Amino acid sequence: MPAIKLVKGVLKGNRRDLARLITLIENEHSSAATALSMLYKHTGNAHIVGVTGPPGSGKSTLVTRITAEYRKRSKTIGIVCVDPSSPFTGGALLGDRIRMQEHSLDKDVYVRSMSTRGHLGGLARATSDAVRAIDASGKDIVIVETVGAGQSEVQVVEVAHTVIVADVPGAGDDIQAIKAGIMEIADIFVVNKADYPGADRKVIEINAMLDLDSRERSWRPPVLLTNALTGEGIPELVDTIGAHMSYLQETGLLKQKGLQRSRDELEQIMEYKLTNELFTRLRGTPEYEQAIKKIAGRNDDPYSVAERLIADFLISVRE
Amino acid sequence: MSSSKKIRVLVAKPGLDGHDRGAKIVARALRDAGMEVIYTGLRQTPEMIVEAAISEDVNVIGLSILSGAHNALFPKIMELLKAEGGDNILVIGGGIIPHDDVPALKAVGIAEVFGPGTPLADIVGYIESNVKL
Repeated sequence: MPAIKLVKGVLKGNRRDLARLITLIENEHSSAATALSMLYKHTGNAHIVGVTGPPGSGKSTLVTRITAEYRKRSKTIGIVCVDPSSPFTGGALLGDRIRMQEHSLDKDVYVRSMSTRGHLGGLARATSDAVRAIDASGKDIVIVETVGAGQSEVQVVEVAHTVIVADVPGAGDDIQAIKAGIMEIADIFVVNKADYPGADRKVIEINAMLDLDSRERSWRPPVLLTNALTGEGIPELVDTIGAHMSYLQETGLLKQKGLQRSRDELEQIMEYKLTNELFTRLRGTPEYEQAIKKIAGRNDDPYSVAERLIADFLISVRE
Repeated sequence: MSSSKKIRVLVAKPGLDGHDRGAKIVARALRDAGMEVIYTGLRQTPEMIVEAAISEDVNVIGLSILSGAHNALFPKIMELLKAEGGDNILVIGGGIIPHDDVPALKAVGIAEVFGPGTPLADIVGYIESNVKL
């Protein structure tokens, strides 16, 4: 299907066209880039909310509850749930939809499951562009659920305006709370499964960690208790998500983040295109294979070969 | 053109039976064959299954049913799928389905039915050779 037709469908909010576009994005099909560049000026309107946390912390259930609360407030929702791919076969079992069945017939909720396809960092390579496509389709809120995150799956911070880190009672002591990584990216902490023993203690530990944070911050991440099964604490969570957006707008941080994000994104795209260009020219050529053999045989070294090949590439581009 | 296509499969349990061991085993086998498998859990209506298939843009739907309601539910799913423009999706079935019922299911567009005892490799092989990407 030509990109222009897909774009028209997406802008009208047609979910089949949106679904097809996301597949093209995932497959890195050439028409995805064409469609995305046409859609770009229609994006930037959705509030993008990231939900991350360890496996089994209740992320999917939390996302379902947040969605239900937003629907009560007449907001339209897009959800991207990321699950890991197998490092051995590349296959994936995407099971987040199971918990989201209550919204499955609501036309104002679009849910898309996504495999990481080997990408590290907690998201798939395609997640950011998929979020953009959903944004262009007119959803008010786009929720991104990461893979079950360990400590360094922090890429969601590059995609979301507001990051929720969900944790559960009983997982780790107070030292875990002061480690670097995921604990630093939260705009809002949620201690889910509030009915489990140790929930209050977990809240205290996270707050104690925040007390030690020496960064000058005008937004101190609130620590909220929720029970995603019963829905307890969810309206407060949704209020807090809204409050965080107002904070970003009032302080000018939203604009600042937008600039930084555009810079990062432009550089990532250029880097990707450039390396792609370089490798399509090199790979499979006899000279390239010969050079690799020489390096392996210690007749040459990778440092000078790399310099030489890049210099040759730049010259050939200029010509 | 595309650099990396993956087969996306929806494994779905239509109707009211509460057993999904078989569906999970098939889901796992397809995962291990390198496919992206979306499992939506028990007790799905035809509407829910078709909605998930369209939103997730799958290439294949695997319907697992043990309750005996296949003659009612499978045709309904095929009808809705057609209405939503999902005709290009390969739909296969499995579970407890009497041989005598199979021709009628095939007539409404179920491509193949896999009964108990089917080697997992047969299902994987069938999908790989019949899927339209």
